[in-house]
This record gives sequence, structure tokens and C-alpha cells, in this order.
Amino acid sequence: MIEEEEVTLLLSDLLELYGYDFTQYARASIKRRVNRLLTLDKFPSFAELRYRVRNDADYLKRFVEELTVNVTEMFRDPSFYRALRKEVLPALTAKPFIRVWHAGCSTGEEVFSMAILLKEANLLHKSLLYATDLNPEVLEVARKGIFALAPMRQYSENYVLSGGTADFSSYYTAQYDYVKFNEELTRKMVFSTHNLVSDRSFNEFDLILCRNVLIYFDKTLQDRVLTLFDESLGMLSFLGLGSKETLRFSSIRQKYKQVGSEKIWRKIE
Amino acid sequence: MAENRVVSNSAMVVIGGSTGSIDVLLNLLPALRSPLPFALVIVLHRKSTSDTSLADLFALKTSLPLHDVEDKDVILPGHIYLAPADYHLLIEHDGTFSLDDSEKINYSRPSIDVTFESAADVYGPALTGILLSGANADGTAGLKAIQQAGGLTIVQRPDTAQVAYMPQQAILNTRPDYVLDVVGMVRLLER
Ligand SMILES: C[S@@+](CC[C@H](N)C(=O)[O-])C[C@H]1O[C@@H](n2cnc3c(N)ncnc32)[C@H](O)[C@@H]1O
Repeated sequence: MIEEEEVTLLLSDLLELYGYDFTQYARASIKRRVNRLLTLDKFPSFAELRYRVRNDADYLKRFVEELTVNVTEMFRDPSFYRALRKEVLPALTAKPFIRVWHAGCSTGEEVFSMAILLKEANLLHKSLLYATDLNPEVLEVARKGIFALAPMRQYSENYVLSGGTADFSSYYTAQYDYVKFNEELTRKMVFSTHNLVSDRSFNEFDLILCRNVLIYFDKTLQDRVLTLFDESLGMLSFLGLGSKETLRFSSIRQKYKQVGSEKIWRKIE
Repeated sequence: MAENRVVSNSAMVVIGGSTGSIDVLLNLLPALRSPLPFALVIVLHRKSTSDTSLADLFALKTSLPLHDVEDKDVILPGHIYLAPADYHLLIEHDGTFSLDDSEKINYSRPSIDVTFESAADVYGPALTGILLSGANADGTAGLKAIQQAGGLTIVQRPDTAQVAYMPQQAILNTRPDYVLDVVGMVRLLER
């Protein structure tokens, strides 16, 4: 186990040498990630890990990728997607054009879920899904729209629980152990790297989803990122967070009203 | 053994359990006196859908304020906190919780080890860890961490556990301060 000061050292190396700023990430979690890499990559000591990070560009890439958590699934928390179908999409129907931002989209399962919702609400043709992440590797996976076959059964169950009534497997073609989602869905997606710590707002959106990303940030950084979202949302637009995340501690909370009991807020001021 | 150490000196008590531990908690919770001098954190292996029902079940057994933890909630003495399904529960040095949806540990998320280790890091000797019934080796590494940081460790007596494996692993691999049945635990918590 490494010490608190060692984590601080490593994070300031990353910032000073490479410009990656993890200094405002939730400390307990980042410390676990560093410890995990120390064990996984069999470093005999912290000093050796640090040396490697400072001097080996290939390793640095792995280190940064592994420091963040990329776990995701399709229709994660089906009741959240059910609320999107029932409460959010109907309010967007009248718009000539719908812009959605998935901030921290990881390998894209959330983006494909959203595209399916839009399609079923007959809105996909006039929608654009901007999907961003810090990590270019996960975006590469997302862009291809090819996913492992094994979890599709569970995704299909999630889909039904979210209120889906079509045949879920009609959205992809299966080949060996993989499935490829239909071009019709991918055509409406734009993938790009974007760092929530250092990059700015790049458009105005009708719906922003940032799920299970803020949990990795400390309160100060959370508030900064939520302000960034606020600047990127028009009046009466929506913000969706992860099932254990909240606007409660943030300075933007007065301007938003929660929609039902799910983690969805609408900008009312 | 630390026979004379009492739980009520702790700032936090963390209870970890798996199969067979809900019944133990239903017996322990009514025995907690109010106001509770420490924050009580409960980490159970559970199905992701049973979130609210478990809190509702426990709420029937205690008048103390009980919460399903959300990210960055502030930790207060006298309150009971339940680790939510599908997230690891961590403790920050500023006295707040943080959540993390990284890989399962010991096939579990939440993992008892993760919360025990993180709490040991923050609370050191001011922490008590209690490990209950279960069919999994989760919790043993965490109890070790608590002990190394100077905290107090308690394990359910395996012959009184619905599933003995989890407490057995802990007893084999650590030296718990107390090995107790439910009545013994209640007595210790009351002291
Ligand atoms: C746990 S995944 C969440 C995926 C998806 N939104 C979900 O809820 O299933 C967290 C993602 O946030 C990304 N992330 C972490 N820090 C970031 C930052 N500073 N800027 C943008 N993305 C970040 C990670 O690369 C990772 O892909």
C-alpha cells in the first residue's frame, strides 16, 4: 500500500510533465487505482512505479487509461431510461433539432441505448449525439459500434425493463462472439475526446448525460463541471446523472427542478 | 486480544456481511442506543434491485436516522449508512463518502474489503470492523487493514453464523479482538 504523500507526488508528476490533471479526483478512489496498478504490474516499490511513469511514454499511456474506470453497460438502471422515454423525450418532440451530449461516454453503450430510445420515439432523424471522453481508446471502441455478444442477453432484459417493446436483437447483427449495431444508429453519433477538467463547453444541448463520472471527482471539481454543463444547457433543457449522483451539493441546484424520482433535472431559470 | 477496548470509543463502526447477515443485523439494530456515539456503516452483498427495500427493512428496527449512501454524503455520528448496491463505498479524509463503480472485488460490489481498507486509512485506531456470516472470503483483507491501523476487530462466531465461511476465513487469517455470537455483540455494542 502506498502513502497519501506518494499519491500526491505521482499526481503532480502527471500534471507537471504531461498536463494530465487528476489532482481534484476523489482521493480514496484514485489511491485504490494506483495501488491496483502497483500490484497488477508487479512493481516492487512506489519509487519504481514513479520512475516508469516519468520515463516510459508507453507505460504512461497504460497508466492513465487504467487510472480511470470505464465500467458501463446498455440501459444501465432501466428505470432511468424509462423516465427518459416518458418524461424527457416527449418534451423535446417539438424541437426542430435535438442535441444530446454524453460526457464521459466510455465505450459507448450509453450512447447506443440513447440512440435506440430516440429511434423508437421517432426523433433519431433530427437528433445528433455528441459522445466525449477523456480516453481515446474507449472512444475508438465506441466509434466502431462493435460489442461483445455475451452481455447482450442482460442488455436485452434491461431494454425491456426500460419500456422497450421491439425485438432488441433487431438493432444489431451478430457475428461469432460479437455484435455490430446498425449504421442507422452510428450515423447520428459524433465521437471526440474532451476533458471535463480542462476543456470548455462546445455547444448548446437539449440533454446532457454525465453518468458515473462525477463520483470520481471531488466536490470542488464536481461543482466546476456542473457549471460547465449549466453553461451548455438552454432553458428547459435536461441534465441526467448517475443513480447515486446529485445536484444537492452544487451551486447550480437552484436553477434546476428534479423530474420525478430519477436523477434527471430540468433547467427552469 | 484487547479485552478492555470498547466499541463506543470508535468514531466509526463498519459492519460487513453476506449470506445470512441480514438476520444478524435485524437483531443488532434494535439494541443500539440513541444517540449513537459513532457513525455506523453497513456493507452487504446484495442484488442490485433490492436497494430501497433493504433500507426499509432496517428502518423498522431502529429509530436512528438511516440512509442509502449517495456520492459525497457527509458522515455524521449517530447516523446509520447503507452501502448502495453496485458501487464500492469509500471514505474520504474530509469525512465524506465517495462511490466507485470499478471492477468487482471478491466477486462483489460493494466489496467489504474496499470499505474496510478505506475506513482504516482514514480512521485508524478510531475504527471498529465487524464481520458477519457469508459464503465469501471478502472482509478478511479489510479486517487485517483495520488491525494494522490500530482499530478494533470483531468476527461473528462461525458456529452461530448461517454460513460460517466468511467469519472462518477471517479467524484463520487474522487475529480478531473478539469472536462473538449475536448476544455477545449486542453486549459489546452497549458498553
Ligand atoms: C464509469 S465510466 C461511465 C460510463 C457511462 N457514462 C455509464 O454511466 O455507464 C466513466 C468514464 O468517465 C471518463 N472520464 C474520467 N475522467 C474524465 C474527464 N476528466 N473528462 C472526460 N471523461 C472522463 C472515463 O474515461 C470513463 O470512460
